[in-house]
Amino acid sequence: MYLHESAGNQVAESIIQGFRTRKRAALARAVTLVENGSIHAQDILEETFKHRGRSRVLGITGSPGVGKSTLVDSLITAIREHGNSVGVIAVDPSSPFTGGAILGDRVRVRSRTTDDQVFFRSLASRGHLGGVSRHTGDIITLFDAFGFDYVLVETVGTGQSEVDIMRYAHSVLVVMAPGLGDDIQAIKAGILEIGDVFCVNKADHPDADRAVSVLEAMLELNRDWKWRPPVIKTVASQGKGVVELFGKINMHLEFLEQNNLLEERVSRSHIASLEENIKRETVDRIFARSHSDGTLDRALKQLSEGKTHPAALARQLIQLYLCSEK
Amino acid sequence: MDRKIRVLVGKPGLDGHDRGAKVIARAYRDAGMEVIYSGLHRTPEELARMAVEEDVDVVACSILSGAHSTLLPRVVDCLKKEKGAGELDVLVLAGGIIPVEDVESLKESGIDAVFGPGTNTQDIVEYTRANLKR
Repeated sequence: MYLHESAGNQVAESIIQGFRTRKRAALARAVTLVENGSIHAQDILEETFKHRGRSRVLGITGSPGVGKSTLVDSLITAIREHGNSVGVIAVDPSSPFTGGAILGDRVRVRSRTTDDQVFFRSLASRGHLGGVSRHTGDIITLFDAFGFDYVLVETVGTGQSEVDIMRYAHSVLVVMAPGLGDDIQAIKAGILEIGDVFCVNKADHPDADRAVSVLEAMLELNRDWKWRPPVIKTVASQGKGVVELFGKINMHLEFLEQNNLLEERVSRSHIASLEENIKRETVDRIFARSHSDGTLDRALKQLSEGKTHPAALARQLIQLYLCSEK
Repeated sequence: MDRKIRVLVGKPGLDGHDRGAKVIARAYRDAGMEVIYSGLHRTPEELARMAVEEDVDVVACSILSGAHSTLLPRVVDCLKKEKGAGELDVLVLAGGIIPVEDVESLKESGIDAVFGPGTNTQDIVEYTRANLKR
């Protein structure tokens, strides 16, 4: 036991040391440990949390195929041309059947792979449904502590309701493409409500102007914006409009800072991470304990026999394993 | 700890044929692994950098251009350089059009296994699982 623990400390310590000397392998390994729920993750997060606060976190979301990854590629270039460093977290979906995943965002992100001021990490969603993986908040903390000026978080290709990214990002870019829906789609609740900046990508398509005017009309319905989200046209594959887009993103970040709203967003992301960690711990603990003492099997049998229902069972298990704990 | 095996499927060099790379990526995915696909036309330096940032257990290179004896040893060298001192903790595999007479020298240069056309993808998956280095 003692040996095991000291070995654990060594793992965390060598990673924290690696952060100090900005070794990319240390950041890469830290992400893996956090993702896998390793026993070393807690120590690493505790230490790195003290060193966060530098990065501006930009979320990039939108439907599959609208050009998020290509846009990330051109945003990396824009950020580097300003002389800033950037870490990218790109999430793609895991298979609900095998747990496997194909993480293909690097296929579009062609430039600056070996640039020392750029770090790119692909994450699988691992069953989490909000558009990011459940460890995203903690992984952003790692990137922040490593000292990037910007952290870009690209979500999985989203439908209408995967809005978790707004809880973690300081600024959210919603990417659209021409031809994806009429004005009734645009006034629905969900993803179109969370954009701080909108971008209509593939704007060389003839329907682009219509997509822009539908978005503008939707935004006009709200009269009392503190920040009126701008709508920018881009052709990411040619880098067109990206400088303007990056300018608007920075304007939004400055707006947040000048109006003391950044704090609000940062604390929102802390609450999101806290909530996620409580959920994870609780679920893991209840499943582990009820599995090891046989309660889970008995409960599942009751369920299949129709003697109880999941909501009642959930309350029972919570009562049994959480309320009795010291 | 819920450990996932992570694999970088890489396309070093100038050939533009990635059907094989996609088939093997799919096979690894179906075996429950997380596969990062590099996209076409990557340099050994880029692949090594990706392997470090993605913290992969396996680098599987697909190459059909005939430049395997030049590029694959360089992938190994770049990995060693990126990873620093000590034994490489990444399994390095190669697949594609690679004549049998080249296999021995590739292995000497640090490629762990070479899979030619017609190999059963299940055999590759099983080999991978059985030979992880960490």
